[in-house]
Amino acid sequence: MDLKTKIDAEDGKHFLVITREFDLPLELLFKAYVEPEIVEQWMSTKVLKLESRKHGSWQFQTSDPEGNILLKSGGVIHEFVPNAKIVRTFEMENTPFPVQLEFLEFEKLNDDRSKLTMQIVYKSVEDRDAMLKLPFAKGINMAHNRLQEVVENII
Amino acid sequence: MNLRRDVFQAIADPTRRAILLLVASQSMTAGAIAANFNTARPTVSKHLQILIECELLGQEQTGREIYYHTNAKKMKEVADFIEPFRQMWDDRFNKLESIMKNYPNKK
Repeated sequence: MDLKTKIDAEDGKHFLVITREFDLPLELLFKAYVEPEIVEQWMSTKVLKLESRKHGSWQFQTSDPEGNILLKSGGVIHEFVPNAKIVRTFEMENTPFPVQLEFLEFEKLNDDRSKLTMQIVYKSVEDRDAMLKLPFAKGINMAHNRLQEVVENII
Repeated sequence: MNLRRDVFQAIADPTRRAILLLVASQSMTAGAIAANFNTARPTVSKHLQILIECELLGQEQTGREIYYHTNAKKMKEVADFIEPFRQMWDDRFNKLESIMKNYPNKK
């Protein structure tokens, strides 16, 4: 199985590591993390603030197609080394999930390829596992909502 | 969910993960499995017992020997659990990659 994005979530550990190799030069990969309008596109979110520097902070807001705000997230930037490294915190506002710490490392593989290694540290093993389950739960919810829509249309 | 947690606790142990890898390709007896580890035989037996309890391993009696094999369905369940999370990031990164491939200032 050739998976482009790999998740290494060793059990009993309160962190996980996401790795991905890109068919992009390092500079372009890094730019996708710095330019707010590009972040908005691939993260499917609105960037309220993105101060890419040490002691800077960031804030995103995600809405559904009707414009209802689904999620506000934010954090601070602890380290910012262009084309090499970003260390930041990530918090989902108004949720019981504790803040998490993210270490992003950008590497040049050759002139056309680059690699991202993202380590996410959670407050506890339980918090990590709950976070891992989110898209899983969301997938079920979305399927459920779609089913409901279909049913409502029939009625 | 409790059952799931047990599964994850089971695979948290490096020896147990090694056992699962070992029997993934072929069914083996407890003796043959133990021969691959420096740990004492009773310790290996205990690991096997835990893996059987959470259904990651199955046993089959052939003559006088008991052979252990991985339970593919259960193993898949463990992998599937992380899969939606992985998929979410994969989708984001695929998007990032295609956007940046068309970036106007591309060298």
